[in-house]
Amino acid sequence: MIKAKSLSRHYGPLVAVDRLSFEVEPGTILGFLGPNGAGKSTTMKMLTGFLEPSSGTAEIFGHDIRSASLAARRQLGYLPEGAPLYGELSVERFLRFVGEARGFRGDELIQRVGSAVERLNLAEVLGQSIETLSKGFKRRVGIAQAILHDPPALVLDEPTDGLDPNQKHEVRQLIREMASERIMIISTHILEEVDALCTRAMIIARGRLLADDTPAGLLARSRYHNAVTLVLDDLQAAASALGSLPESREVEIRRGRLTVFPSGRGDLFEAVTRTVRSAGWSVSQIQLESGRLDEVFRTVTRTGEAA
Amino acid sequence: MNNLGVVLRRELASYFATPVAYVFIVIYLIMSAVFTFYLGGFFEREIADLEPFFRFHPWLYLFLVPAIGMRLWAEERKSGTVELLLTLPITATEAVLGKFLAAWLFIGLALALTFPIWITVNVLGNPDNGVIVAAYLGSWLMAGGFLAISACLSAATRNQVVAFILAVVACFVFLLSGLPMVLDVFRGWLPQAMIDGIGNLSFLVHFTSISRGVLDLRDVLYFVLVIGFWLAANRIVLERKKAE
Repeated sequence: MIKAKSLSRHYGPLVAVDRLSFEVEPGTILGFLGPNGAGKSTTMKMLTGFLEPSSGTAEIFGHDIRSASLAARRQLGYLPEGAPLYGELSVERFLRFVGEARGFRGDELIQRVGSAVERLNLAEVLGQSIETLSKGFKRRVGIAQAILHDPPALVLDEPTDGLDPNQKHEVRQLIREMASERIMIISTHILEEVDALCTRAMIIARGRLLADDTPAGLLARSRYHNAVTLVLDDLQAAASALGSLPESREVEIRRGRLTVFPSGRGDLFEAVTRTVRSAGWSVSQIQLESGRLDEVFRTVTRTGEAA
Repeated sequence: MNNLGVVLRRELASYFATPVAYVFIVIYLIMSAVFTFYLGGFFEREIADLEPFFRFHPWLYLFLVPAIGMRLWAEERKSGTVELLLTLPITATEAVLGKFLAAWLFIGLALALTFPIWITVNVLGNPDNGVIVAAYLGSWLMAGGFLAISACLSAATRNQVVAFILAVVACFVFLLSGLPMVLDVFRGWLPQAMIDGIGNLSFLVHFTSISRGVLDLRDVLYFVLVIGFWLAANRIVLERKKAE
């Protein structure tokens, strides 16, 4: 379990992380979500022992990051932002270095490097120097070094940043595979990633925790949650008809799409489809919205800034 | 200190994975030969010793050692690998010492590759080999002093050029602190005892005394203390600067 207790970090007068407290259980993929400069990376740097907290502390499976930094670091695998690697070394030499630093020697070292290489499909580039690899391969090497010692917790700082859609998909797949029985903490500013990947999301802005929920829970905060969006010919007529339904609170026309928001009384989708059918409009699209994360994100972070 | 060797081996692997090692060794050997034969008048003196060889080492190191030292931390900070290194279960002390020792051993290797000149002087005459051994040791110790200064200043910046210039200036001050051009700066406002103290910090004074074959424990201790001081400073600078 990872437990942060009022973790704070100041850079001079600037408060990067402000009394952050949370607990994470194994089996969780926790997404740190926040605008750039929100304190996501700083929090990760403190958890992984790179930066000393200015105040507060955290425990990694019972090891305090201040008083037992080395023991805490042994429980973690870490992919720093941008996946920095020693570019001049070959993939194999680099992984051996990390393995040695993790305390493996001899046969065990060879076996650990071998299984990480296999898991991330690095066999074909094993002898190549890292700086000659594509971005996707570099990211895989970065993840390979993080899982080399099979740690119970992984901290990945923007693991998919800068990758093309295929590589993103691949890295997300890997994260999902590695997540069982582990704690995974990933940071991202890509909102779909939270929905696609995480079992829990924390929105952080200006160093403070503003929301801590499941992705579904966050979506439920959206005003689009359970709203119905239609594309049809006569938008104005449909808007006035649908707006007067008891199930609807308000309607909105934006970019040729009509969105009806639920009032909370009865099933809006059912009411809308019934109306459409009886009025005989030709509808080309109809969609029940689950909510829009970007809108929740903006609302939460803006309110947080105002407070 | 288990991981000191791990850091050391990785550093050495990096030297030899890039042209750094080969360029350094070749330039070092060429320059030391040029100094010995042209400026030092190795043959013209008709004396069987390596004084003209060692005499120019302080000046050679003044530029070549900061060139090795400048990358130690500045490069790690610029590329971000310092974050990788210091979140492994490696202590800051192990990292600082491992990196320093790797670079020092590497300079030692370059120095050892000057052995043909030792053979030459033994073929041509009967030099005092004890003096030569002492001078080699002194030269290596002095290189360690320059290197510790360079390593510390390398941790202060992400920019290798800045690290290089800072290191050359700091090494220059340490090299020449026994000479009037440095002492005069302090003469007006420091008591004589402190000026003598500054004068005693000179690399040149201590190196010259070792290279004459006087292996005084105090000269050796001097370099060991200089290295220790700057490496301790390196650790502190690293801790303070890594967050930036």
